[in-house]
Amino acid sequence: MSWSFQNSPQISHYHQRKGSLLQRLHIDLTLLILLASLSSIGILILMSSGQDDFGLLQRQATRLAVAFFAMLVVAQIPPHLLKMFAPWLFLLGGFLLLGVLFFGDMGKGAQRWLNLGLFRFQPSELLKLATPMMVAWYLAERRLPPNGKHITLVTIFITIPTVLIAKQPDLGTAILIASSGLAVLFLAGVSWRIIMGVIAAGTALAPILWSFMKDYQKQRVLTFLNPEEDPLGTGYHIIQSKIAIGSGGIYGKGWMNGSQARLEFLPESSTDFIFAVFSEEFGLIGCVGLLTIYLLIFVRSIYISIQAQDTFSRLLAGSLSLTFFIYLFVNVGMVTGILPVVGVPLPLVSYGGTSMVTLLIGFGILMSIHTHRKLLSS
Amino acid sequence: MKTSFDLKSSLRENRLFLSRASILVIFVLILFFALIARLTYLQIQTHDKYADLAQTNRVKLSVIAPVRGLIFDTHGRVLAENNPSYSLELVPEQIKDIHSTISKLSALIAISESEIKLFEKRRKQQKYFASVPLRNRLNDTEVAIFSAHRHLFPGVDIQARPLRHYPFPELTSHVVGYVGAINEKELKIIDPVNYRGSRFIGKTGIERTYENELHGHVGYQQTENTAQGRSIKVLTHTAPLSGSNLTLNLDIDLQKVAYEALGQFTGSVVAIDTRTGAIRAFVSKPGFNANLFAKGIDQTSYNALQTSSKRPLFNRSLRGQYPPGSTLKPFLGLAGLDYNTISPKQKIMCPGFYQLPKQSHKYRDWKRGGHGMTTLHDSIVESCDVYFYKLAHDLKIDRMHDFLSHFGFGQKTGIDILGEKSGLLPSRAWKKRNRKQAWYPGETLIAGIGQGFNLTTPLQLAHATAILANKGSAQSPSLVVKINDTKRQTKPITPVKLNNNEHWDLMLSAMYDVVNGARGTARKIRIGAPYKMAGKTGTAQVFSIKQDEEYEEDKVVEHLKDHALFIAFAPAKNPQLAIAVIVENGGHGGSVAAPIARAIFDEYILMSP
Repeated sequence: MSWSFQNSPQISHYHQRKGSLLQRLHIDLTLLILLASLSSIGILILMSSGQDDFGLLQRQATRLAVAFFAMLVVAQIPPHLLKMFAPWLFLLGGFLLLGVLFFGDMGKGAQRWLNLGLFRFQPSELLKLATPMMVAWYLAERRLPPNGKHITLVTIFITIPTVLIAKQPDLGTAILIASSGLAVLFLAGVSWRIIMGVIAAGTALAPILWSFMKDYQKQRVLTFLNPEEDPLGTGYHIIQSKIAIGSGGIYGKGWMNGSQARLEFLPESSTDFIFAVFSEEFGLIGCVGLLTIYLLIFVRSIYISIQAQDTFSRLLAGSLSLTFFIYLFVNVGMVTGILPVVGVPLPLVSYGGTSMVTLLIGFGILMSIHTHRKLLSS
Repeated sequence: MKTSFDLKSSLRENRLFLSRASILVIFVLILFFALIARLTYLQIQTHDKYADLAQTNRVKLSVIAPVRGLIFDTHGRVLAENNPSYSLELVPEQIKDIHSTISKLSALIAISESEIKLFEKRRKQQKYFASVPLRNRLNDTEVAIFSAHRHLFPGVDIQARPLRHYPFPELTSHVVGYVGAINEKELKIIDPVNYRGSRFIGKTGIERTYENELHGHVGYQQTENTAQGRSIKVLTHTAPLSGSNLTLNLDIDLQKVAYEALGQFTGSVVAIDTRTGAIRAFVSKPGFNANLFAKGIDQTSYNALQTSSKRPLFNRSLRGQYPPGSTLKPFLGLAGLDYNTISPKQKIMCPGFYQLPKQSHKYRDWKRGGHGMTTLHDSIVESCDVYFYKLAHDLKIDRMHDFLSHFGFGQKTGIDILGEKSGLLPSRAWKKRNRKQAWYPGETLIAGIGQGFNLTTPLQLAHATAILANKGSAQSPSLVVKINDTKRQTKPITPVKLNNNEHWDLMLSAMYDVVNGARGTARKIRIGAPYKMAGKTGTAQVFSIKQDEEYEEDKVVEHLKDHALFIAFAPAKNPQLAIAVIVENGGHGGSVAAPIARAIFDEYILMSP
C-alpha cells in the first residue's frame, strides 16, 4: 500500500463501492472497457485485412469470447491461490516444453504445438504466465532486494524456458518470456550495478548468441538491418509494411480502403502485420489513438501493481503490465521497421487464438489482484 | 519481533517497488514516444515516397492490341480479315485435378501428347490464375461439343483470339502478302509502345507496305491489381484505334482468271488500267497458302516452300527480272522514228541474219529464211529481228537507253508495294561503272531485240505498255485506292513527248496488226473476241545458242526453254487495260503468253461490272 495513492479521491471512491456488483464479480471496469475497445478495433481491422472472410471474423469473435470468459474465470481465483499454484504451473510448463521437443507437431517450420487429442496447445503460452509467477513466487519469500544467490537461481528459472522455446524455434516468445522474468527481477530491486554489469556482458556475448541462432533467425536480423538487399525475399515483408504505413499519411485511406492489404501486397496482413493495415487505413491520427489505448491499459495495470497488497501480487502485476507493453512495442517496432521481424502478434488485435487467451488470462490475474484486496481500517 | 521486521522490511520493499515501477513507467513512455516518432517519420516525412510506391504497387498498366485493318478488292470483296481463332484454355487455379480434367477433355476433343506437354510447360511459366491454352484452332464441331459439356469443366473455357485470315490465300499470297509473328529484327524497328499488345506484323506485300495504316493504335487500360497480378477493377480505359481498312485496285475475279490462265506454268501477269494506273491483276505463279504464315508456319512446310524449284515465295511480278525479248521492239521502233534513224516507209532487207561490218559473226533472225524486204510495221507484226539489229546499230546503245528510260525501263515504277526491282537498262556508262569494260557493238545488236543485258520486271513491262497505249501519258501504278474512306492520290508520270505525234499511231497500228493482221504473231487470239486488242509477242532466251547450233525446242530441258512474253492493251482504239504476261520456259509468246492476255481481257472488258 502506497500512501500517495491511498489518499487519491478515486481510490476512496472505490472503497465506498467495495460491495458493488463489479467488485463481487472481481471485474475491473476500466481494464474491461479498454480491453473490449481494443478487441473491437481488432475485429474492425480484421474485416478489412481478412478480405471480408466471414469465417475468419467468426473464429476471431469466438476466440475473443472464450478469452474474455477465461479472464473473468481467472479473476475469481484469489492471488494467494495463484501463488500456491505458481511453482506447479512452472514445472508443468517445463515438462510440456520438453514434450514439445520430443512429440511436438510441426507448424510453419517450427515445433511449437502439443496435440492433446481434443485440442492443440502451445506450452510456451503457459510459460508466458508461469515464468513471471514462478519468479515472483520465489522472490516474494525472500528479503528484497535479492542477493546474488537468489538472483542466480531466478536467472536459471528464466533461462530454462527461454532456451527451450528459442530452440523450437520461437525467438519472439522466448524474448517475451525472458523479459517477463527479468521484469520481476527488476521490480524486486536488483541493484543497478548488477543491471549494468549484465547489459555490458550481454553486449559482449552478442556474437556468441549470434552463432547459436538458426539461419532464418540470422536472416531476419540481417534483413532488418538492410531490407532493400532482398526486396523479394525476406525484405519483402518490411518493405511492403513500410509502404502501407507510410502511404497512410496523417488521415489514412479510410476503413476498407487500404490498397496494400486489400490487394494482398502486405503479407500476414491479418496476423503479425495487422498494424500496417490499421496504419494505412487510419493514418497517424488512428495510430496515436490506438497506441494511447495500449498505454492506458499499461498505466491502469501498473497502477494495479502499485496498489497490490503483497509482494507476489505486486511483482507479478508489474511484470504482466510491462510484458503487455513490450508485446506491443516489439510488434509495432517490427512492423514499422525499427526491430527485426520476430513474429510477435499485435496483442488483442492480430488474428490468432492462443496468445489472446494467455493475454486475457494475464489481465484476469490483474483483476483478481485488484479486486481481492483486503481492506485495511484507516 | 518477526512482525516488526516484516513491517519495516515491507515498508522498504514498498518504496523500492514504487521507485522501480516509476522507472518502468518512464521506460514505457520512452518506448511509446519512440513508436510515435517512428510513425510520424513514416507517415509525414516520407509519406509521399511511400504513397508513390503504394500507387505503383496498386495500379498496373495493360495494353489492348488494336484490331488490324481489313483489305478489300476493288469491288469490296474481303482479301484479308481477322477471324476469331478458338482455343481451349484452362485456369489452373480453378481446377482441382488438372490431370483428370485433361483426360476427361481428351475424351471429347482430340488432344495430342505434345499439346499436353506444351501446356505443362506454359503452365509453369504463367501465373496460377492465368488462362493457359491447351488446344489451339478448334473447329466449329469441337467448339460445339465442348460448349455442350462446359458445365462439367469448371475452370475450362474457350477463348477467341483474332487471327489473320486470307479468303484467297494462294491468289493474293504475293500482292496482299501475309502477316507473321514479330521477329528480333522487326522488334528493333517498330515503335515498342504501339506494338506492346501486338503479336503479328506485315511481312510481305500490302500487309508489309501498309503496316502503319493497317496496324492501328494501341489502347491502354489501367487496372487495380493484386500482388499476384490479378486485376480487380478498371481505373482508366483508353480504347485502341483500329487499323485502317484498305481498298485495293485489284479485282479478285481478274486475278483468279489470270492465275488460272497460267495453268501449270510458272510466270507472272500484271494488268493495269491504262486510264488510272490501277493494278487490276498482279499474279505471280505459283502462289502459296498465306494462311500458313498467319497461323505460324511449321519448319517443314516452310523449308518445303523455300527449297521448291518453282520458288513459290518469289514475287515474280515485282521482283522477277526477265529479258524483255521482242516486247521491247515497239519502244525501240518509236525511238528509231523519233531519232529519225528510220522512216516509216523505209524497207530493210532481212536475209535471216545480220552481220556487223567487217565481222563474220552472224546475228540470226528467229525465222531461218528471213523476212525479206521489211518495213517498221512488218518488223513489229512479224517480229523481225534483223530489222531491229540494224535499227539498234544505227541508234547506238546510249540513245536507246535514253529513250527507253522515258517508259520507265531500268527504274522502279513507284508502285505502292515494297521490294520492287528496277530491272536493267544498259548503257555505256552503266557497263563502265559496273563491269569496268568498254561497250561492244555486238551488245547493241542483241539489246535491240531485248536480249543481252536488258532486264525488266513484269510490272515495268505492263506500265510501259500502258504508257504506249496512252500515247505517252500515264499514272504511276497503284494497288491501294482507298485508306478507310480517303482516296489515295496517284502520281502522273512525266509524259513521253515525241517529235511527231503520228509516230504513236504508226506504232499502235503495228501492234494492232500483231493481233489483227494476217501475219501477226498473235493473230490466233483475236478469234471470237468482240473487241479489238493490240499487243506484241516476245520470246526471251534463257541461254545462248552457239553459232552453228539450232535451237530445237523439243530437245531443250524444261528450265532452259525460252520464256514466253506478251504485252497487250485493249480495246485497241480506246484502251482500258494494259497487260504484261511472262510465262517462264513457256516457249513462244504468241502461242503461250498471248492466250492468257485474251482470257484476262475477256473478263475485264466483257464480264466486269
